[in-house]
Amino acid sequence: MNHNSRETEALASSAAIVNAKGTGLSLRSIVKRYGEREVLRSIDLDIQPGEFVAIVGRSGCGKSTLLRVIAGLEEIQSGVQLHDGRQESTHDDTRIMFQESRLLPWKKVLANVSLGLTRDRYLEVLDVLNEVGLADRRFDWPSRLSGGQRQRVALARALVHRPRLLLLDEPLGALDALTRIEMHALIESLWREHGFTALLVTHDVHEAIALADRVILIEDGQITQDLHVRLPRPRARSDAAFAALEELLLNQLLGKTLIKPDALAA
Amino acid sequence: MSQSLPRLVWQRSLPWVAPVLLLLLWQLAAQTGWLSSRVLPAPLAIGKAAWTLALSGELWQHVAVSARRALSGFAIGGGAGLLLGLLTGSFRRAEILLDTSLQMVRNIPPLALIPLVILWFGIDEGAKLFLVSIGVFFPIYLNTYHGIRSVDATLIEMGRSYGLSGWGLYRDVILPGATASILVGVRFSLGFMWVILIVAETISASSGIGYMTMNAREFLQTDIVLVGILLYALLGKFADLTARGLERFWLRWHPGYQH
Repeated sequence: MNHNSRETEALASSAAIVNAKGTGLSLRSIVKRYGEREVLRSIDLDIQPGEFVAIVGRSGCGKSTLLRVIAGLEEIQSGVQLHDGRQESTHDDTRIMFQESRLLPWKKVLANVSLGLTRDRYLEVLDVLNEVGLADRRFDWPSRLSGGQRQRVALARALVHRPRLLLLDEPLGALDALTRIEMHALIESLWREHGFTALLVTHDVHEAIALADRVILIEDGQITQDLHVRLPRPRARSDAAFAALEELLLNQLLGKTLIKPDALAA
Repeated sequence: MSQSLPRLVWQRSLPWVAPVLLLLLWQLAAQTGWLSSRVLPAPLAIGKAAWTLALSGELWQHVAVSARRALSGFAIGGGAGLLLGLLTGSFRRAEILLDTSLQMVRNIPPLALIPLVILWFGIDEGAKLFLVSIGVFFPIYLNTYHGIRSVDATLIEMGRSYGLSGWGLYRDVILPGATASILVGVRFSLGFMWVILIVAETISASSGIGYMTMNAREFLQTDIVLVGILLYALLGKFADLTARGLERFWLRWHPGYQH
């Protein structure tokens, strides 16, 4: 019942961008345990093809684990995961971008992006390096790049496979504020151009609202909020509606540990 | 390139001032008779002895024999070490099967095997090859095993999630990740290779640098003994330079080897 209303709502909001280039995702009662500790407690989630969804939460809430489960990097104890309605153990059209760039230091930029590809796809590699603005650095070692450039190479490496589902595991967490803003614009424009489904895990509520169609809050292994962001793109960060949404989410995140005013006075 | 040429020459020659001074002092001490030529012949006399040996061709013959022993021993022992290290590093089952035994054998110093080796091989080429092979085996085995084991697990995970598996994953991620460690083993074993060969040739040989020096000792030709010692030093330095060249080439991606 609850699912149905959420699904129709999601469909209505993202009708304009629904397309065949993105994977549709359905998770049912996903449970993940490390030993006795339950990290994900019965997660239900539906994501429309081409939707940009952000998952926010405090560190240790299980948001990264959820992403790794979807990437097929973690075994689950129970639950069902459907990509485009099919249950498969490997997902060739899913690519993940990690918090660290995870570039191979012994391969030059070009070879890093070409990882796992045959030589005849050289032009595609050049194209995608152009898209992230690093074609002229293709013969450099990763150690010669800045943190932001490395993440752009990692983004190129993911995009060259033409993923239908792109998973982003706090890829901007280690970057400085200005580089993050540039990366937001880059990721947003590439998502609009390629039309893949994007799932971004972040602890930054601001980043989530700036990029996502929908923000999901995870607390203690459970989804506690599922919010549609209906602001026009590109989003003005100083907008009143933007600030109101940010306030709402932050309040919920802080709610449990908020210091009461009278406690402060005492 | 802002430095002037004379300044550059001066800076380059600075490390050589002390050795040259020492050589001069040594030559002086020998010429005045303060240092007996039985104990330490003058540097010029050693140079002359080396020159005579080189002209007669005797020197090259001994160097060639020693180098061949060292390199074939290195190839056999190093090759086996690399192979077994890759095996135990990559496959848990091979590790369980082999590693404990190898770690036990490792604690025996190769030179302690000399009496046994003489019993097995007599004093011919086999004995020297065996000793050198055993000596270089362990540094390469241990560093290869350790190198494979300590490849960054996050890179392996990345490789798998980007569609690499089997030989592709090995070639692109695991082997390059272990190279730095393997080269450390190569460098260690190249140094060790000469040590073992010197001892083996000194104990029993009918050719090679070790034989040349032991033979000269019997005739009290201290100058030739010193030529032999200096040759070992030069060959050792050459081996080290080779290892460093390999590191520069294979680790050129590494920030520590870029300049």
